[in-house]
Parts: sequence; structure tokens; C-alpha cells
Amino acid sequence: MIQEHVLSILVENKPGVLSRVTGLISRRGFNINSLAVAPTEDSTMSRLTATVECDELAYEQLIKQLHKLISVYKISDLTNGEVIARELILVRVGAAPERRSEVIEIANVFRAKIVDVGKNSITIEATGDHEKLSGMVNLLRAYGIREIIRTGRIAMQRSSSDK
Amino acid sequence: MSEKKQQWTFKRGEPRYGSHTDKEGTRMIGAQAVIASLEAEGVDVVFGYPGGQAIKMYDALYDSKLITHYLARHEQGAVHAADGYARSTGRPGVVIVTSGPGATNTVTGIATAYMDSVPLVVITGQVPRPVIGTDAFQEADIVGITMPVVKHSYMIQDPNEIAKTIRDAFYIASTGRPGPVLVDLPSDICSSELEFHYPDKSSLPSYKPTLKPNAKQVRAAVKLIEAAKKPLLYVGGGIIASDASKELVELAELMEIPVVTTLMAKGAFPGTHHLNLGMVGMHGSQYANRSMNGCDTLIAVGARFSDRVTGKLSTFAKNAQVIHIDIDPAEIGKNRNPNVPIVGDAKGALAAIVAELKKHDAKPIDDEWVAQVNEWRYKHPFFHPTVAAPGGGITPEGALDLLSDTIDPHNSIVVTDVGQHQMWAAQHIITEEPRTFLSSGGAGTMGYGVPAALGAKVAHPEKLVVCITGDGSFQMMNQEMATAKINNKPFKIIIMNNNALGMVHQWQRLFYNERYSNTVLPDCPDYVKLAEAYGWRAVRVSKPEEYQRLLPGFLASPEPALMDLRIATKENVFPMVAPGAGLDDVIGAVSVGDITDMIVDGKEGQR
Repeated sequence: MIQEHVLSILVENKPGVLSRVTGLISRRGFNINSLAVAPTEDSTMSRLTATVECDELAYEQLIKQLHKLISVYKISDLTNGEVIARELILVRVGAAPERRSEVIEIANVFRAKIVDVGKNSITIEATGDHEKLSGMVNLLRAYGIREIIRTGRIAMQRSSSDK
Repeated sequence: MSEKKQQWTFKRGEPRYGSHTDKEGTRMIGAQAVIASLEAEGVDVVFGYPGGQAIKMYDALYDSKLITHYLARHEQGAVHAADGYARSTGRPGVVIVTSGPGATNTVTGIATAYMDSVPLVVITGQVPRPVIGTDAFQEADIVGITMPVVKHSYMIQDPNEIAKTIRDAFYIASTGRPGPVLVDLPSDICSSELEFHYPDKSSLPSYKPTLKPNAKQVRAAVKLIEAAKKPLLYVGGGIIASDASKELVELAELMEIPVVTTLMAKGAFPGTHHLNLGMVGMHGSQYANRSMNGCDTLIAVGARFSDRVTGKLSTFAKNAQVIHIDIDPAEIGKNRNPNVPIVGDAKGALAAIVAELKKHDAKPIDDEWVAQVNEWRYKHPFFHPTVAAPGGGITPEGALDLLSDTIDPHNSIVVTDVGQHQMWAAQHIITEEPRTFLSSGGAGTMGYGVPAALGAKVAHPEKLVVCITGDGSFQMMNQEMATAKINNKPFKIIIMNNNALGMVHQWQRLFYNERYSNTVLPDCPDYVKLAEAYGWRAVRVSKPEEYQRLLPGFLASPEPALMDLRIATKENVFPMVAPGAGLDDVIGAVSVGDITDMIVDGKEGQR
């Protein structure tokens, strides 16, 4: 069964490590849906959060292959369970002055921020999980979406799942 | 000088001298640190080719009393030579080349080593750091280019990291599942000053190969083996890489389990052992393939269920419970899901299984299965014709049978190229010891043979090294005949010359209606004259009596020598499992009593 997996990969913070990881994923025939990379609290390491879609067998193979990379320290699967997952989105919506308040209302419902207002458009910034943001985008479609910029997903284990 | 150094026993992952060299603590430049690091590792042989960005390393090498450098005639040849050196000794092969084209020429060699898990350390010169990324003269992103075909790679950014990086490179290359490691060295680092300190140990928090097998899994495997009625050992190159031949023989003999080998495992189990069924797979023996599909318990050790072994996966050993032992967890379950997976070193895992079986006082399986296997062996042997073909000319199988009978398997190394001759050699050359049959298996790299034979001869000057090649493969890397001649490393080359790219020609004959698209090689060059131009002895042989008469003298000659052995274009490698077919589906197999009927569709005119 094809399923989306969220992988949190701890790697060395060195030049070329990102292409080692992404190169391996694509070389073995997987497609990365989203990707987010940044250094961790320890500056010698980086955290790479990737979402990939694949079946169980392929997933197992992918994890094993990733573990073989010398630059990879640790891989956690943050697909299920006690996980906080967030994305950031910037949406520019067409909104003539008379419809602005409707758009702002939608933004408020999703606890989004208005970060820019133009003559005929409004730009909204929102964070949240994938479903929430998709829900907001769907509602905004009626007003005409000019542009969407979306980050890759980042995810973290909840502290309640600490062992 | 190298004779003396051979005495040192290499310990996988450990440097020979480490910090105990007279260079320790002295000030030097980066290039000298590279050479000092190689010396600390115990490297005595390097293959390579200098150039602008490697010149400082070569300048430092000029002073080394411990390292002998062999100047190849092409960087790919240098890498294959280092590969031949590594496969025949078990120690990492070392290569130094320059940047740009020097580095890109190594790619096929590195990929070949990667596919067959051969330990190599390849050091490439690089343009100075300030101009990296500017398309400077002879700049190539070799770390990027080789990323998919190395076990790991480095670009050194700090002269003080040279020693540690080279230590780690050797450690990674030679431990776990071995493989090639590339170290890219910008030339400004080569001229920077540093104080040399070589680490005795490598410490890599993210690299800890599992060596020791899980005890519970070992017990589960033993339970399966004890319950087996028709067990079969299917072993691959991992046996040779982990030096586990002794343990393998012990297990096979203790339980009377027949053994099939992959191409990479040739030599891992004694060729004349009564339990050896030889090579399995596309051109494996029919008895090995039948045993594979007939067994009820398959013990795969250091083998990766490659498509050339399994044929159609869905019909492969479908009644068997599978125990899969491999040091690389990613190989387990990749192509076939095992009942008992064991991650660990083959040597340790086999020893643990043997110990557990002995603890149980396990008895050998009843001889019914071995009798069955032997019946298949008797009824469906390899085709062993005489050297003389019925219509005149020489048969490739007969020629190789005679070669195998003539050489001493304990004192010779056979190296092959890729194609029909490779499969004939795998079928007909009997090997008794590991590391005595070298062949490019996974990558199937034509051109591997000649330079790899050079590397094997450099490592084993006392042994007879024979390169069996074809007229196609030979032409890809024959320039290394010069390296062999100049450095007095006399090996033998036998070209099985059928005026064709034989293997593709065979597929065209069998599967493409004899449309021989671009597989015909007319007589050019004259191989005898070419060899003579390199200062080799050379002889052309087209008559069986000639071959029988000349072969012993040819092999015994102290000089490098080449034989242009003419065989018919129409010869096929049989038996054959067609690509994508199951192992039961064999073309061109011989059965006792009907050798004359062995002609199959689309193959008229064969003998």
C-alpha cells in the first residue's frame, strides 16, 4: 500500500551531505514530496525532514540504504504517533477592497496573519499541519489564488512520547 | 623489497604503523602528509597517473622509500589494477590521479569496484579551493560525479584533516561491506604546512557495521537447518570478502550440504570438493540451478539474489525457506524476503551456526538429497568437448578445460574480462582457493581484465597470472601491457578471439533473429603484432594440436606473453537461462546420451 512517510534524518552538517541524501533517494527510484533542512541545536549536525510516498517494502529498503550513508547519524519515522508536524505557507489571494473582509475572516478562522496588502490582493501567512493549510487554501480558491509558496514539512516527536 | 612486506598480516580497518612512523610530529606540506599517511597505513603499492593538480603529491612520492608507484597508461587502467591488487590480496587498492579528466577517467573503475564490493582508496587532485566552481582548467566535480558509486567520499578542506581523512577512508573502504572511497584534494591544501599526526584508530559515530550475528537469529537458522531435508548453501562474494571459506567448508561438511556459488564466490569453496555444484544462474550449471529450485532450505551467505542468479524471482527457489546472512542490512529482503535474516559478518555468522549445530550434536542430512543432486550432476553436466571441434578449429570449452588442467590452482590467479569468455572461464576453470579468480561481476566492465591482471601480478609476483579475455574486451584496456612490460610484471593473456562481441552476438542469434547489429569485429588490429610492439611474446593459435602443444610452454615462459586463440564466431555459452526466465527454463543444456541432440532453435550449425 502506498503511503506517505515523514522522515526526520539527522546528518553531518557538511557540504554535499544534502545531495548525498537526496541523490540516494532519487537514485533508488523515490520521489521526495517535500524537504526542509537546517542546522540543529548542535551546529555540527543538520536535520533533514523529508516526505516520500512509497509502499512498505520500498520504504524499508529506502531506510536501510539511507542508514548506509556515512553522513547519516539517525533516522526517525515521524509519520504516525505522537508527532507535531508543521508547514509554513504564504498565499497571495486576489481580493478587491470590497471582498477584503471576507478573506481576512477566513484567515482569522485559521489563525493566519495578513502580512501584505496590495490594491487588489492580500498576502496571508499561516502555519499548521498539512490538512489545516490545505483546508484554508481550498476556501481561498474562490477568491482567486495568485501565488502559493509552501515550505517542506518539519516534524518533532511530542515530549509526552519521551521514554 | 615488497617480498618482505608481504609478511605483514593486514588487519581489516587497522593501520600498519599508525602514529608509529618517523614522520610523526614533523612539519611538512599537505602533499607530504598524503604520502606519509599512506605509509602509516602500510601501503606499499600505488597505481596512478600524475597531472597538474597531482604534481605535488607525485613530488612527495618521489621521496618515499616504502611505496612503489606503478604508472598506468590510462587512469581507468590504474583503478582496475588497484582493484585486481585488492581482490587478490584483500587489502585496499590505492590510486592517485590528477583532477578533471584524470579524475573522470577513474569513474568506470570505481563503479566496477563498488558493484563488487572491492576496497579502494582513490585520491584525486583538485583545483585550488579559491577557483573551485569557476570551471577552472581541468576542474571536475569528482565528488559529485562519483557520489552514486562510492561507499563514501571526502573533499579535504583543511590541511590538518588530511591524516584523519585518509585514516577514515581506509577504515571505511576495508570494513563492513567493503567498497571504494574517494578523497578529493585541492592543490592549495597540498602546499599548506602542517604538523603530521596520524591517528591509530578511526572513530566515526555514524559508521558502525554490525559484525556479530544476533544469537537468537543464529538459533532460528540452526533450527531450520536441522529440520531441512534438502538444504542448499548459496554463497556469494561476501565469503571471500570476510575470509570465511574455512567456516563455509566446515558447515557444508558437518551437515553434508551442497554448495552453489555465484560468479563472485568462485574460489570461496574448493572447486573439486564433492559438495561443490559450481556456478548458479544465467550460465550456471543445470545441476546447480535444479538444486536451487529443488531445495527446501536455502542458506544464502554474502550473496545478494542478483537477477543474473535468480532469473525470474517469482519462480526462484519458491519452495525454500530462506536464511539470509549478509553484513549489509539493505541486501536482506531487497529481492527475496528471508524467513531468517541474519545481519553480520559471514565468517562470524557461519562459525556461530557451526558451533550451535555442534552443541546439538547435529547429524548430517540423509544422503538422499546429495544423491539426487549428484544424479542431476551426472545427467546434466557442462559440455566438455575435446579441444578439437568436429569440423576443425578449437572449442572454447575444450581449450579452457585444458588450461584449467595445466595450471596449478594453488599457485595461479585467473582474471577475466567480460563476455562469453568470462562465462566459459567461470564454468570450466577450476578454482580451489579464494582470491584466485577475479572478474567484474556486478558492473560487467569490459576492459577490466588486462589491468586487473597487472594488479594481481604486482601483488603476487610468484604466481602465474592468466588473463582470459575476448577480442572486444581486450581492445578496451590493452595499453596496460606497456605498464606490465616496463615494470617486469609478466602475466599471460589469452584472447578468445571469435571476431565478434560474442555475448551480444549470441543474444542476437538466439533472441533477435540473427540480426547481427554491430557485433562483428573483423581482424584488426593484428593482436600478435600489437603484442610484439609492446615487447610481449605473442602467438596466434588456430589449430587444436597447436594449442595442446604450445600451451604449457606459453604458460611457463618467464616473459609476458599473449595468445591470439581463434575460435568460431558461432560458439554459444550454454546452458543458458534466457533473461527474465525462471531457472528451470534452460536453453542448450546437455544431457548424457543426447549430446548430439543439443541443437536448439535458432542455433543451427553449432558444432
